[in-house]
Amino acid sequence: MSFRNIAQIAGSAMNAQAVRLNTVASNLANANTAAGSEADAYRARKPVFAAVAERNGLAGEQIAGASVRVLDVVQSTEPVRKVHEPDNPLANEEGVVFYPNVNPVAEMTDMMAASRAFETNVEVMSRVKSMQQSLLRMGEE
Amino acid sequence: MAIDFDKALGLHAQALELRAERTRVLAANLANESTPGYQARDIDFAASLQQALADESSGGLSLSTGAAETLYRVPNHRSQDGNTVELGVEQAAFSQNVSDFQTSLTFFNMKLRGLKQAIEG
Repeated sequence: MSFRNIAQIAGSAMNAQAVRLNTVASNLANANTAAGSEADAYRARKPVFAAVAERNGLAGEQIAGASVRVLDVVQSTEPVRKVHEPDNPLANEEGVVFYPNVNPVAEMTDMMAASRAFETNVEVMSRVKSMQQSLLRMGEE
Repeated sequence: MAIDFDKALGLHAQALELRAERTRVLAANLANESTPGYQARDIDFAASLQQALADESSGGLSLSTGAAETLYRVPNHRSQDGNTVELGVEQAAFSQNVSDFQTSLTFFNMKLRGLKQAIEG
């Protein structure tokens, strides 16, 4: 039976979505963090997911099913916001400070999508658990 | 007259195996819901069961778990990142599959109970 692979697959997805929620939290927390130069400004972070085909047993035969791996966390290449704030202690000689390129609305929707995907995988785990338990009770009643 | 367990249990053993396999395929679809370029897959249950039964009647290897052929799902809408997982569709298929698994298991249990009764008299 293949239930152990299912737990691994759902677990990898939960891990990936947790990484995604982590980046969302970091982006939202730093949405208003000013910086004195363009290079120092915080940039929105995004995880990159990839599907990894699962392998079975010692022979390593490929099975139908793929877990998720977080390949990398990349920074957004969108331009950062330039704001004229001469009274800000971080402002440069022109009175400009640099705010992150975080889009709070996009981050909020991303957060909802990530938590929904996480919950889906928790549900998969609990359904598989109930299937496994009823399989263990086979022939008892 | 001897009782042949394989014959008595019928196709329910194969059906259970296939249901478990399909659970894994659907779980992988749900897991890769936000992976760019991932293409959702599914098992054609009817065709796979026919195949399993044909294998068995010809005396070949039955219950070969890797034999179930997976096909790619045709999405209702195309997405920008090439991912063909549609959450609602997959959730519905997964939940239907779990119910089908429980149904197969119930049939299996009924068969076992019948055998037990026949053995005990």
